Amino acid sequence: MSALPRAHELGVIGCHVCGLVCRDTGVQGAACPRCGSALHRRMPGSRARTWALLIAAFILYIPANFLPIMRTVSLGDVDDNTILTGVVELWVKGSPDLAIIVFTASIVVPMMKFLVMVTLLLSVHRGTNWARTQRAKLYRLVEFIGYWSMLDVFVVSLLTALVQFGFFSEVEPLPGVVYFGLTVILTMLAAMSFDQRMIWDCKDEDD
Amino acid sequence: MSQPLTSTEHTQKAFTSTLQICEHCDTVYRRRALVRGEVARCQRCGAVLERHQRLSLDTMFALVLTVMVVFVQANVWPIITLGLNGTQIHATLWGIIIMMWERQSQVVAALAAATLFFFPLLKMALVGWLLAYGRRGRRAPGFTRLMVVLHYIAPWTMSEVFVLGILVSIVKAQLYFDVTADAGAFAYAALAVLITIFSGIDLRQLWDKIPESTP
Repeated sequence: MSALPRAHELGVIGCHVCGLVCRDTGVQGAACPRCGSALHRRMPGSRARTWALLIAAFILYIPANFLPIMRTVSLGDVDDNTILTGVVELWVKGSPDLAIIVFTASIVVPMMKFLVMVTLLLSVHRGTNWARTQRAKLYRLVEFIGYWSMLDVFVVSLLTALVQFGFFSEVEPLPGVVYFGLTVILTMLAAMSFDQRMIWDCKDEDD
Repeated sequence: MSQPLTSTEHTQKAFTSTLQICEHCDTVYRRRALVRGEVARCQRCGAVLERHQRLSLDTMFALVLTVMVVFVQANVWPIITLGLNGTQIHATLWGIIIMMWERQSQVVAALAAATLFFFPLLKMALVGWLLAYGRRGRRAPGFTRLMVVLHYIAPWTMSEVFVLGILVSIVKAQLYFDVTADAGAFAYAALAVLITIFSGIDLRQLWDKIPESTP
């Protein structure tokens, strides 16, 4: 006997949008009486959509890392920077502490997102109840920190607007930054389309 | 259409105000009034169910107005200034967006315009509109639809990230040039603080706090 009843055991559904607890009438296409959004136990097609967005994000992630994101022209000296060389430059010439922040935001966070989302999807497919609390925490972490990866995109934009001296010196955005921005957006969408309640949809053996 | 809908809402109300479902794992709880500083956590997954909301609707409204003023400042004042041989170049948010658009990075320009300008602006306008009526105990016209819109646009504000971006840009540009943070940068820093305070507010409480006007 579970002391913590779940929504389907009590015949109720929580609205995704407004959080209202509604009676489950079993009717297809029922709408929340308070906000009018469609009611469903789990987001329909959540796994397929998350996989699709994640794979698309990963495809764009490859050019995002290998193509340069920014060109710095300084007194005729042309220098193309990728995300990684930008971090290295900041580490060597500027401030290592800021380099660590940028490294975390543009390399660690996206990588972690891919790993965590794939782990979550695979474990949900298998319906295992392995490390559920930890997985739920990882999901919340990914959802919370995901958008900080936009950092590098904003830095390139700011520098481009700032450094405009014709042939003396100039900063120009290169295609890598576009791919990177799209990767961040797609991974955010992937995390949002994942219905984290699926993590808990397996037999409770521990309680 | 709206008449039967409202009547179901009334029958639902009695039933639902006592119950609460954890969004993260679908566990059902009986709702309990929280006192100041209390946080209700899900026993199954550890997620936050509900926090005590200590800001009144009036305070929230004041906060939104403050955010709006700071938002205008952050967008109008130059963010960073670069000086070279007596000439000065100022970067403002819209200057950045337009520059990226002209430099074959329209996608980036659109992303920046959406996440730094349009979504934050829309969010503030909607919250302001809902609260302007709500603090007088009334639901604003379009309340239901706007609350749904608010739910969907909420995650797409990135001003906090932009503040960190300003900091990194200044350090990077300083390797070669003489750059200074301008008034806009400080306005953005203030905006980031206000947005952080604001994000602690669960806007779903408006459904409960602003009652339906009885027909």
